[in-house]
Amino acid sequence: MNSEKIINFMGRRYLAVVFSAVMLAVSVGALAVKGLNFGLDFTGGTLIEMHYPETADLEAIRTQLRDQGYPSAIVANFGSDQDVVIRIQADGEKVGDQVAAVLVESYASEGEVIRKRTEYVGSQIGDEFANDGGLGMLFALAVVMVYVALRFQFKFSVGAVVALVHDVTIVLGMFALFQLDFDLTVLAAVLAVIGYSLNDTIVVFDRVRENFRVIRKAEPIEVINISLTQTLERTLMTSFTTLLVLSALFFVGGELIHNFALSLLVGIVVGTYSSIYVAANILLTMNITKEDLMQIEKEGEDQESLMP
Amino acid sequence: MNRYPLWKYLLILAVITVGVIYALPNIYPPDPAIQISGSSAALDIDDRTMTKAEQAIKELGVDYFGAENSGTSGLIRLYDRSMQLSVQRKVQEALGSDYVVAVNLAPTTPQWLLDLGAGPMKLGLDLAGGVHFLLEVDTARVLTEELESIEDTVEKHIRSERLHGVDARVHDGIMTITTDTDEQRMKLTDFLRKEVPELQYERVEQGGKFLLNATMSDAYIRQKEDYAVSQNLTTLRNRVNEIGVAEPMVQRQGRNRIVVELPGIQDTARAKSIIGKTANLEFRLEANETTFTSQREEFPWRDELKQSRSGNNVVEKRPVITGSMVTNAQIGYDPDTSLPQVNITLDSQGGTAMHRRTRDNVGRRMAVVFIEYKTEIKRQRSGDGEEEIVYEQIPQASIISFPVIQGALGRSFRITGIDNPAEASELALLLRAGALAAPMGFVEERTIGPSLGAENIALGVKSVQIGLALVLVFMLFYYKVFGFAANIALAVNLTLLIAIMSMFGATLTLPGIAGIVLTVGMAVDANVLIFSRIREELANGVPPQTAIKSGFERALETILDANITTFIVAIILYGIGTGSVKGFAVTLAIGIVTSVFTATTCTRAIVNLIYGGRRVNKLWI
Repeated sequence: MNSEKIINFMGRRYLAVVFSAVMLAVSVGALAVKGLNFGLDFTGGTLIEMHYPETADLEAIRTQLRDQGYPSAIVANFGSDQDVVIRIQADGEKVGDQVAAVLVESYASEGEVIRKRTEYVGSQIGDEFANDGGLGMLFALAVVMVYVALRFQFKFSVGAVVALVHDVTIVLGMFALFQLDFDLTVLAAVLAVIGYSLNDTIVVFDRVRENFRVIRKAEPIEVINISLTQTLERTLMTSFTTLLVLSALFFVGGELIHNFALSLLVGIVVGTYSSIYVAANILLTMNITKEDLMQIEKEGEDQESLMP
Repeated sequence: MNRYPLWKYLLILAVITVGVIYALPNIYPPDPAIQISGSSAALDIDDRTMTKAEQAIKELGVDYFGAENSGTSGLIRLYDRSMQLSVQRKVQEALGSDYVVAVNLAPTTPQWLLDLGAGPMKLGLDLAGGVHFLLEVDTARVLTEELESIEDTVEKHIRSERLHGVDARVHDGIMTITTDTDEQRMKLTDFLRKEVPELQYERVEQGGKFLLNATMSDAYIRQKEDYAVSQNLTTLRNRVNEIGVAEPMVQRQGRNRIVVELPGIQDTARAKSIIGKTANLEFRLEANETTFTSQREEFPWRDELKQSRSGNNVVEKRPVITGSMVTNAQIGYDPDTSLPQVNITLDSQGGTAMHRRTRDNVGRRMAVVFIEYKTEIKRQRSGDGEEEIVYEQIPQASIISFPVIQGALGRSFRITGIDNPAEASELALLLRAGALAAPMGFVEERTIGPSLGAENIALGVKSVQIGLALVLVFMLFYYKVFGFAANIALAVNLTLLIAIMSMFGATLTLPGIAGIVLTVGMAVDANVLIFSRIREELANGVPPQTAIKSGFERALETILDANITTFIVAIILYGIGTGSVKGFAVTLAIGIVTSVFTATTCTRAIVNLIYGGRRVNKLWI
């Protein structure tokens, strides 16, 4: 590989650190101040989605609900101005049926109001989902760390996990910042982001490991730059094709998986960035050397042995 | 160089053929249909029933086709899905309550595919529409009741042995027996060891008294819980059949929960009222002069007319048998008087208990007590001042029948003297409905309307198509001949993914479709890795054939490393997810496996076919 083509990624590593730090600070700040806007799955309560034959009058619906004894009901459009979603924090599995029935009956104009879905989640279940989700995320990180440490080396697993935490925090931070609805599908997407971002990072690491073994007499920073340059095409290509399909999902997939697609879109962009500027950066910061990757030959390994 | 032996091509071809066969059933759209079955398993569907049903559809002026009858269930296909519901109602009316008429989507898979065991993927509720319930069995209550019945045994023993100063109490899952002497305590322990070997003991001395704390062993608790949950499962299955759903799912989830999924159901309120009949039954003897005051309990009648006639009745506190021992209850007619009656069958345990208590009590009355549980939600402050929500099951007990025991009863007996058939069938229904081992409450419910389901499918399919088209065009444009090979591999990948999901009977959900879309995007990753390796090799001046070979070989380790980690994440996702999220995890996991296979093997095969074994000067990559 001739040296002119090598992009000096790591030359801007301090700039990247500043950038990441700002992103993380904003994310953590948003998470701390605003918090995640947990959806029904985690808070428990009732959700009703109705379809109106014409533009729905949200104010009228609110009034009706207040008359029914649900003053705290949240009414909003969902996807189009004919679709309405109503969230009620009351517990009790009958609320959904009652509210839907009232809205269907009291609709005076022409046409028919259609109940698209109702969901009721007991608050106890919601807590469980949240616990399981959080535990699952930690567990995923731990397993990944062990796997990478076994397949590569400890410094690599630190790099991979820091990159993952970085990506997950930023995606969550975005959801907190814009107060987007965080439900089970988004949690699934965040876990998929872990998988995806890891995929990217592993590919880069694989090349770093290979190059440390193959290229003699080169500074670690050069080896990493060479590796990043070599994998850049693949990193961009895969991210691009994935972004293509996710855009399809985001724009035509419908309202129900809108946030799912959005978190993946953001996660993949951040994941691509982090595999270069976070994961590789950590390797450098931890003073990765050729020796780290040399297989230590155990004494006597080559010798024949007599076993009982 | 770069040639596969023939067997490799054949193997790949075989895999693809199998994939195509098992994926194929998914392209046949199902017909809207109604399904007819007997309300009890004994009732077969004969030709007369089918003719009656068809007649009813004709009266409605709806076109139908392909009426078929398997003996246990009949199927009539319709052309127009919007007529399904009115047809169902009409046919149900015509056939009466002995039959259950359900709306259904009948698969149209050709016979030769069915013969090969192929069938379409099942659609999740978010795609098919329907309801999902999660019920929680109150196992804590079962355990308390069990301990209380043990306490009952102990108290009887205390009385019959005339042990003075001995007292037994149940509190918070612990039975405490207080005695005056250590010797008494020893004797009671021996007695309990013999009677209930599943208890664990702890001895405490307190204020000059000798205390024995007995708790149930974990294994025993498990066993009791398992029994209660499986009993409720059976009851729920029967109730679900009553609703008339073509492919219901009733499944245990975790230690004490049950999932019920009813695809395609529209009348959710009715479904819920049938499933949610959280009721229990107890047969109790009428209280008489030998009954202790502490062993008496008073109940009103369920029926208001009877309540006004005879008022509350006093019965014994301890039940003779409970509803979980009732295996069947059917309306019948007395052969002599032709008056309506209810025939009841018990399990063997119930039969023995019934016999033991009735043989000495002929002439005494026995009450059938029906207990309904209503879930009430209360908010209360816990110790650390935080507000928490508590579910409380409030029992509402009433007498539904109070007959006189005419003789020693056994496993099967009957209740006679019922005024009219309607009342008898109501009683039989309540007796069957009460066969729950433990009360249950709804903890989660999701209802998806059919319109939303159809909309989700349409949007999902559209995004798969658009995403796939974009990727195909881009790959062809960027990698030319190799892009073509990758595209074929991608098509094979999708086919295999769908085939495997169909074979495993996996359920397709909206996040599942998203998983497919994501797989399409990421599946090319392995090929991109290979191709960029080949390009690199070429740039380093390696001859084309060698570049192809080493490109594939050197990328393999990276591909495996990258995909194994993603696979691990998919498995974790499956472990923590529920319902639709599980669907996403499944597609992701299967997608990873198929994409690694197709990207390495299929692409290689196509590239070998194009370039293999000849002189190549330039690669179109």
